Amino acid sequence: MNNQNQDFKNIPGWGMDIDPDNEPTYPIKNYTGDDHKRSNYEKAEQQPINIELLKSNERPRPSVVFGTSAPPSGLSGAIRRYAFKHSEDRYRHWIPLILADRINAWEGIIDDFKKGSFPDIVKERGWKSEFRYNPVNMIGKAAITLAVGGLVIKYLCKRK
Amino acid sequence: MLAMNYRGPYRVRTVERPMPEILHPEDAIVRVTRTCICGSDLHLYHGMVPDTRVGSTFGHEFTGVVEEVGPLVTNVKVGDHVLVPFNIACGKCNFCKQGLYGNCHESNTMATAVGGIFGYSHTAGGFDGGQAEYVRVPYANVGPTVIPPDMDPDDAVLLTDVVPTGYQAAEMGGIKEGDTVVVFGAGPIGIMAARCAWFFGPSRVIIIDHVDYRLEFAKNYAKCEAYNFKSMDDPVVFLKKTTDWYGADVCIDCVGCEAEGNALQTFTGKLTLMQAGAATALQWAINSVKKGGIVSVVGVYGPPFNYVPIGNILNKGITLRANQASVKRLLPRLIDHVQSGRLNPKGLITHRVPLEEISEAYRIFSSKLDECIKTVLIPSTKS
Ligand SMILES: [Zn+2]
Ligand SMILES: [Zn+2]
Repeated sequence: MNNQNQDFKNIPGWGMDIDPDNEPTYPIKNYTGDDHKRSNYEKAEQQPINIELLKSNERPRPSVVFGTSAPPSGLSGAIRRYAFKHSEDRYRHWIPLILADRINAWEGIIDDFKKGSFPDIVKERGWKSEFRYNPVNMIGKAAITLAVGGLVIKYLCKRK
Repeated sequence: MLAMNYRGPYRVRTVERPMPEILHPEDAIVRVTRTCICGSDLHLYHGMVPDTRVGSTFGHEFTGVVEEVGPLVTNVKVGDHVLVPFNIACGKCNFCKQGLYGNCHESNTMATAVGGIFGYSHTAGGFDGGQAEYVRVPYANVGPTVIPPDMDPDDAVLLTDVVPTGYQAAEMGGIKEGDTVVVFGAGPIGIMAARCAWFFGPSRVIIIDHVDYRLEFAKNYAKCEAYNFKSMDDPVVFLKKTTDWYGADVCIDCVGCEAEGNALQTFTGKLTLMQAGAATALQWAINSVKKGGIVSVVGVYGPPFNYVPIGNILNKGITLRANQASVKRLLPRLIDHVQSGRLNPKGLITHRVPLEEISEAYRIFSSKLDECIKTVLIPSTKS
């Protein structure tokens, strides 16, 4: 796949953005001298907080705007509330959040049931495309699942 | 309105959701005309990013028509067709004032390290994203940029993330004339980084990946050398050898936390989650760059620890430079590159899918099926 022999200087735009002053020992920023004012800058007005908002304990007040996509709920919500008692520096912030995400997925399935529908997991996982473009892998996975499932059932039957 | 809905790892669907509302005087509501699935959405899709809550809508790359604006919005008006940078930035904090729009201090309550990003988990602010018919856009005076009338909307949607992130990856490398640049990862960002690297005057651009169709695409699109590390004994030795046993001048990591290629990293990072994903690409970048070289990172890494060879950063005096792209800072330059024909972003698009078929679109991209490079989703309400 080597194409080293082309004349790279013919590539459209070659070298036009080269900047001898771009010495990457500092971030690319326009230094304004305002850094030492810390958080004392003019802010927009606060977005009204009328949902449960979990906020990082590394800042005393919420940011001016925030998302409202999925407020904490259920068991996963309780775990998230615990996680947000600890800073971003701590495992006890991140690990509980990952755990809460896994539990949250099950809560979603229970929620679907409550609403009277069973989630169409074959569709949600896009297995149609996997089967269409990668049937060997798909059949292999199905065979392994069936084989393992069969062994488990056999084992359970024997134990009775 | 119809919107993508996350249900848990590898499970997404479209659902009816309430219309977004103006929640802040600087908000706008945008009717989405195009939205993409990004490689970094896959980290969410795979359940790798903490605080990705069931019920949320992904999508940080979108264009749309302004439908409604809050009372303090002056920079865009109803009817404008805009491209919306993936970073949510206030324009007023000290970081925004310095052009660090990816590091805004007033857009994410849930974390202080990362700024607000559309549809990118609660760790990035809990905002609903653009894989929907309508989306709420906070700070509409700052981010949304009217698409120039002569610009193809397919080019515009890639200016929301892929082009600026690829460009900034190259820019952060501080590339000088004659340099050898190595890009790890031939996804859309890696391909764009390799293409943009030429703007800074190197003499060689090399891209490394493990999927042949992506390498073939990268070679043609970015006019670079392309190599499959699966066919190498050791990619680090290969890169040293091809640079006269010296090391590359600049290495760029466009992979992030779900890298292939190292069994131990895969076991500890992807299978057992003993670390936040496999940092193989970063490890290779640090170990392949010359002494005193520069490593530029735009691949997404999770918050807990990674087995990164930090000792080698010290021993080698490497400058490690990383950030989320500050899209707004780069837009004027990049719009010029696109309008002048030096850059053809829409050339990356291989798939166009209706929003309703989101589950299949995620699967195709995630499993690298059907030679997929970049997918654009089109809501049926588009004009
Ligand atoms: Zn993206
Ligand atoms: Zn800001």
